[in-house]
Amino acid sequence: MASTDEIAAESATDWDRVRSGPEFIELKRRLRRFVVPVTAGFLGWYVVFVLLADFAHGFMATKLFGNVNVGLVLGILQFVSTFVITGLYLRYAAKRLDPLAERIRAEHERTSR
Amino acid sequence: MSDPVLNIGIFAVFVVVTLLIVVRTRRRGATTADFYTAGQAFTGRQNGVAIAGDYLSAAAFLGISGAVATYGYDGFLYSIGFLVAWLIALLLVAELLRNTGRFTMADMLSFRLKPGPVRTAAALSTLMVSFFYLLAQMNGAGGLVALLLGVTGRAGQAVVVSVVGALMVLYVLIGGMKGTTWVQIVKAVLLLIGAFGMTVWVLARYGFDFSAILHAAVERGGAGGEALLGPGKQYGATGLSRVDFLSLGITLVLGTAGLPHVLMRFYTVPDSGAARRSVAWAIGLIGVFLLFTLVLGYGAGALVGPEKIANSPGKANSAIPLLAQTLGGPVLLGLIAAVAFATILAVVAGLTITASASFAHDLYAGVLRRKNPPDAKSEVRVARWAAVAIGLVAIAGGIVTNGQNVAFLVSLAFAVAASANLPAILYSLFWRRFTTQGALWSIYGGLVVTVGLIIFSPVVSGTPTSIFPAAHFDWFPLANPGLVAIPLSFLLGYLGTILSTSPSDPHKHSELEVRALTGIGTTPERPS
Repeated sequence: MASTDEIAAESATDWDRVRSGPEFIELKRRLRRFVVPVTAGFLGWYVVFVLLADFAHGFMATKLFGNVNVGLVLGILQFVSTFVITGLYLRYAAKRLDPLAERIRAEHERTSR
Repeated sequence: MSDPVLNIGIFAVFVVVTLLIVVRTRRRGATTADFYTAGQAFTGRQNGVAIAGDYLSAAAFLGISGAVATYGYDGFLYSIGFLVAWLIALLLVAELLRNTGRFTMADMLSFRLKPGPVRTAAALSTLMVSFFYLLAQMNGAGGLVALLLGVTGRAGQAVVVSVVGALMVLYVLIGGMKGTTWVQIVKAVLLLIGAFGMTVWVLARYGFDFSAILHAAVERGGAGGEALLGPGKQYGATGLSRVDFLSLGITLVLGTAGLPHVLMRFYTVPDSGAARRSVAWAIGLIGVFLLFTLVLGYGAGALVGPEKIANSPGKANSAIPLLAQTLGGPVLLGLIAAVAFATILAVVAGLTITASASFAHDLYAGVLRRKNPPDAKSEVRVARWAAVAIGLVAIAGGIVTNGQNVAFLVSLAFAVAASANLPAILYSLFWRRFTTQGALWSIYGGLVVTVGLIIFSPVVSGTPTSIFPAAHFDWFPLANPGLVAIPLSFLLGYLGTILSTSPSDPHKHSELEVRALTGIGTTPERPS
């Protein structure tokens, strides 16, 4: 199978060295700095929303304008926050992650040739 | 209520067109990469549309809008879980998985864990999830034709289920992943156009005032009308049903990123950047579609009325077809029926290729023939035969369960995906100490606990709507096991790891982590 061949061919690489290099440590730090708080945030906000929908019926049914109530607005805000997080991540990854990953990849190709 | 000839005619056009596409785009090569992942040649945008096509099943289209029409706000709650779930795929899974595997979830797991045991475990859970999901879809196909084509006899429905099964196998055999993906793309575009058109139509009826639609739905709903606007109509009855809803909410959000047919889609693009863009496209399309279903659901409540929906043969599932008929008569109904049917077809084809890939790549090539690996040609041959076998099982299952309510199978599939697959994926990617024993405990533990809890839940026995209403072994009170099963699987993965006698290999983890984050060694064109 190609995958095993590929892995065998590259096993000469010192992965521990790449992993402890300053550029990789920085890449990992940048990824975590975005992913960890954002994941905690959107999961927390989703669970709060579900709990409200589950146990705070009166609050969710409070009308804000016309027939649109708090529950509907919060639900739509879940959509909005999902879209916004997606957009922010695309931008963050393109600016802060991809160039660094590309540098590490190029460096690896240069040294392993 | 409908014109069967017209409906079948429109559907036949879809089948002919997609079959033509599948034949035209087929790849002559017989490599495993061609068959499983279309040579990883799809762009992020194409793949994103295909993901939407794979994910938006008939349950999402007919089920969610039907639930909104019948239960109001509680139906909308499904949509939110379905969408938010994609952030997990975007931030934690898609790119890292793309960088560390080629065809299946087990590729990534066996990277640093013992390949034999983890491939077996991952393949079993993949096959289980695919089977539950497939059975729900095939069963739904039987119900849908009763509704749309007026085929009410059991024999007639069996024929339709067989046709659906035969078509899905045909797509997979002729087209492999490439053909299947194009079917999903075509279907997603049709579904989005159909839902968009109906949404605009409904909105236009009420002067583009959403509040006016809500008002009309409340009026039409009679005594229970006002309750449609707030939560609680479906799940708010008792404290227990509320806990059940919490369990469902958590399962939906954590299950999506562990669904094997979703995971496999991340491998059909050339690199992690394209995987990221596919998920972003999918989030946009799925989100917009789910907003359409909100309008359509309340629109059906307003224009058709919950009473008429409840008294029709398909109950909540017929809300959208009835709405289409009210708006545009038999022609629109025929179009929407064909779209719903195409939806089933595309989803089952995606499931079939995933299950057959897992069987051939993980079980056959990775475990049974591990000592003497088969060449690509014979692995693909096994995958094709597996697709045929899966098709036969799915047809048989669809016919046997016809008429029974197996909607719980979809949430069961999500629950198994969340408990058996997601913990192993996340631990493997992010926890340096994670061991083979930890993976096996969480995968098998998640499988056994989830399926076990369902068997002892009110879904299977003890209530009038159960599969065995007369029997009583329903000692687990929740219909959705996720609240218990998911934390338990994470705990099992943790315990299995810290109690391991053979520690994990830190060098292999270094390699996995570097590859996952940088993409070294993934681009197929790059010589290695």
